[in-house]
Amino acid sequence: MIELKQLYQGFRDPDTINNLSNEIHRLANGYSGKINIMEVCGGHTHTIMKYGLNQLLPDNIEFVHGPGCPVCVMPKERIDHAAILASQNNVILVTLGDMIRVPGSKGSLAQFRAKGCDIRPIYDPLDTLTIAKDNPDKTVIFFAIGFETSTPMTAVLIEQAENQHIDNLLFHINHVLVPPAIDAVMADPQATVNAFIGPAHVSVISGAKLYRPTVENYGTPVVVAGFEPVDVMESILRIVKQKVADVAELDVQYSRAVSEDGNTHAQQKVNKYMMVRPQFRWRGLGPLADSALMLRAEYAHRDAEQIYADKLDVADIDDHKACQCGDILRGIAKPKDCKVFGRGCTPESPLGSCMVSSEGACNAYYRYNGV
Amino acid sequence: MSQTFDKATEKSVQLSHGGGGKEMNHLIKSIFFKAFNNPILASEEDAAIVNIEGQAAFTTDSFTVAPLFFAGGNIGKLAVAGTVNDLAMMGAEPQYLSCSFIIEEGFPIPQLKEIVDTMAAELHKSCTRVVCGDTKVVPKGCADGLFINTSGVGRILKPNISVKNLQVGDAIIVSGDIGRHGAAILMAREGLALESELTSDCANLWPIVEQLIAANIDIHAMRDATRGGLAAVLNEWAAASNVGIKVEESLIPVSDEVKGLCELYGFEPHDLANEGTFIMAVPNEIAAGALEIIQRYGHCEQAAIIGRVDADNQGKVVLKTPWGSSRYLDLPHGELLPRIC
Repeated sequence: MIELKQLYQGFRDPDTINNLSNEIHRLANGYSGKINIMEVCGGHTHTIMKYGLNQLLPDNIEFVHGPGCPVCVMPKERIDHAAILASQNNVILVTLGDMIRVPGSKGSLAQFRAKGCDIRPIYDPLDTLTIAKDNPDKTVIFFAIGFETSTPMTAVLIEQAENQHIDNLLFHINHVLVPPAIDAVMADPQATVNAFIGPAHVSVISGAKLYRPTVENYGTPVVVAGFEPVDVMESILRIVKQKVADVAELDVQYSRAVSEDGNTHAQQKVNKYMMVRPQFRWRGLGPLADSALMLRAEYAHRDAEQIYADKLDVADIDDHKACQCGDILRGIAKPKDCKVFGRGCTPESPLGSCMVSSEGACNAYYRYNGV
Repeated sequence: MSQTFDKATEKSVQLSHGGGGKEMNHLIKSIFFKAFNNPILASEEDAAIVNIEGQAAFTTDSFTVAPLFFAGGNIGKLAVAGTVNDLAMMGAEPQYLSCSFIIEEGFPIPQLKEIVDTMAAELHKSCTRVVCGDTKVVPKGCADGLFINTSGVGRILKPNISVKNLQVGDAIIVSGDIGRHGAAILMAREGLALESELTSDCANLWPIVEQLIAANIDIHAMRDATRGGLAAVLNEWAAASNVGIKVEESLIPVSDEVKGLCELYGFEPHDLANEGTFIMAVPNEIAAGALEIIQRYGHCEQAAIIGRVDADNQGKVVLKTPWGSSRYLDLPHGELLPRIC
């Protein structure tokens, strides 16, 4: 049982936040350079915008929004896969959260649901098991998305399906990995990022060690931060301290949940059922080697991508020409740089994924920013 | 054979209950007439004949909540409170309600009785009567258990309460802590194993509105914050009156349970539904008096003045954080779906 109060208490104290802001101002004023902090994770983008933390920082600190929203980085052809699978006879397609809102080339999953497809958003992947048991005459397909955070839950779902011989449960795996996305951002010649706020939930699973190569390869500080306002402000202070001291280190602010090695039990479970996919095309970042996962060959009997291969087109589908989600996900443009932001592209009628996802940068700017 | 049939009908609603014959008559008399007992309904005419003096307000709403029973109420309580509250929010004393049931074949009769009895108890709180109604039974799979539509007519006691009436300088009052109905439904729907005593705020608001009217409070605008929550009401007001609204996050009452649930799912309390909490705009100079009436007679200790109407940011709602930054409090978008990570 969870005691709900424990989830937020203590991390929104106005005095603490103001003191952190004052200290960041004091230190950053003595720093001559510009500090461009990428928050890789969309959850942090929303914390920053929702709590107005960007308004509490000096001018030489800027946030650059990163590619860490699992909904935003999904290319259209993969969303089309989900829609095609959901359109098959006797299929129930199950997926997480606001994936159902993102437009594919022929519409979003919500639009396909309105046409009569059985598409069910769920809160917990294990709910899929119940759906499969309750519908033995149907094929239930779990459209699995997310970074290292949500992958172990998919692995547990596969394990349960295997152990309980739930044979009508298949998987379409779209799990992606953080480090190749960071590498892709830094490989861009236009990249200006010189510090990172490391994702919180990803690090709980993978451990802080995931970011050591980032620190070493690019000489940038990485501070793994929690999602509360105090977490983010304290992490910024730690980044500024490193910048002032001219060092680049891996630091864990979110130490109440993140260890160096992470949850090794979860990692083993993922490795048992999934392996690195040779290549995965990301929205905005293009095809990246070794950047996603797929089912291992011994679980091919559960792989919807293989079983329905004749129906799933693998050709790339580009975004709308006017949409700048790609540049935003690479950190070289801000939402308001996009010509269609807030006009042709709104949360009700999105052209791009960054506007539709509740973790997308455009959505955060549209909802909260501009006062 | 007929004995078996009779036993089955005692337990669950059959298609024959909607057929217009003996079974339907029995269902209506034994459940609806018994609970809603009043001479106008009992007259069984094609339409109810009612007396209304002066200006009247008329409203309708359909209730399709899932699950039908939740902590703090059920669909029946909602169906009465919802329509009574819509009248109350216009300064109208609720008088007559209609009530239509669309029932899925197989629906358990004991549950139907419980829902209807709850409705009767809720009607009693505002001396309102159900004077006409309708019953339809649809085949299994054509409805999610039970849908209820209620319409209501009320006599306007306080005219000119409107979404267009907000004035610069008005105080914004919320009558209680926000988001409890939405959170209670979410918890009941998802069967979350959370340690919480969270209940819906579902309640009839007429008794407290009656007190405000009796005290001659100059109410500019009033609305129950149902679907879309506080954020939707304030945005509708800002747009309709072409004013800006500025609210202080630290002044908005939210229970610890709702805050925690929002953290878990990535929701905001301002977006969650309420069924017994209303927002009111009144001239600043009488706001403290209005607040005292709500707190004292409505037993709403948590009621609070949360902000002001101003001339900046016309058509927008600005939320000030406790640490001095500001952001827009936007309308909630589409389905409430939890975050992914």
